[in-house]
Amino acid sequence: MIVAKRKPFEEIKHFLKGYKKVLNVGCGTCVAVCLAGGEKEVSVLNAELDMARKIDDNPIEISGITIERQCDREYLEVLDAKVGEYEALLSMACGAGIQFLAERYPNIPVFPAVDTTFIGVNQAVGWYEERCRSCSSCVLGQTGGICPVTLCAKGLYNGPCGGTNKGSCEIDSNQPCAWYMIYERLKGQGRLECILEITPANDWQNQTPRTVIQPGYSKPETAGK
Amino acid sequence: MRLDYPANIKIIRVPCTGKVDLMYLLSAIQKGADGVYVVGCLEGSCHYKQGNFMARQRVQQARALLEEVGLEGDRVRMYNLSSGEGPTFAAYAKEMTEHIKALGPNPLKNRMEHPAKA
Repeated sequence: MIVAKRKPFEEIKHFLKGYKKVLNVGCGTCVAVCLAGGEKEVSVLNAELDMARKIDDNPIEISGITIERQCDREYLEVLDAKVGEYEALLSMACGAGIQFLAERYPNIPVFPAVDTTFIGVNQAVGWYEERCRSCSSCVLGQTGGICPVTLCAKGLYNGPCGGTNKGSCEIDSNQPCAWYMIYERLKGQGRLECILEITPANDWQNQTPRTVIQPGYSKPETAGK
Repeated sequence: MRLDYPANIKIIRVPCTGKVDLMYLLSAIQKGADGVYVVGCLEGSCHYKQGNFMARQRVQQARALLEEVGLEGDRVRMYNLSSGEGPTFAAYAKEMTEHIKALGPNPLKNRMEHPAKA
């Protein structure tokens, strides 16, 4: 899932300095699961903003709504009838959701309340770790299910580098060497030959905003309308 | 026992302090309470194992959030006692009341025209 972290309160407060009536839009999917921008986080942030602005003698009328997903047009639709009443929108969705919200209501300022951080896993309640950089060239098949782009400090497709040090990375002894882990995993599976396969370098510099159209689907002519 | 404790305290009963949500604590202050404290079972004695530890974390979070908005975090506190400790309950009630009196009234009290709707 996409993992986000709430922005510092002062930053959010600063965004809304000049607005008196704001709608805080939460997202019920990834950011709700990672406890950053779901229904509860919307309530907490609204309570904080309400109290802080009262203390500043500059009250704000802040409402909250959490929709299923902000990255999906069909769920954004429910906001159409509401947003007109507000001077600005605050979004607690990931960067994609915030942009989709802003794209749908281009005349209303939309501010982010979270910093989208990574695609990761849930190790325990409240504890998340990055696992994927969405590089578009997945090599997990050859690397025993361990992503070197994410977990190797250099993001090497072919490793390890000379900095590997008894299982640790040269940047920090507490940082495991991803390629050491890959070696151990492949060895355990009796597939060490996989580490010798050379993966061509990813063309990062040519990476433009990506579009995916799944097999059996096409881009509708009405897209974006 | 017929013990006295300050009359300004309003008790909200919950099945376990683990039921106390962060928003309960924030809403109390947001709606003008001068202070709010959670009284849980002794640590290690929770019938639901972790309820009072969860409450402690939420109290800490509420304190941090109040500091962030410019209020005294110490308006929210957590106390622990066993159900057999009536005199301790009364003593904590007195201690909290005196502590809040020293802090003064909730500054939000006179600024209540625009309650949050979330």
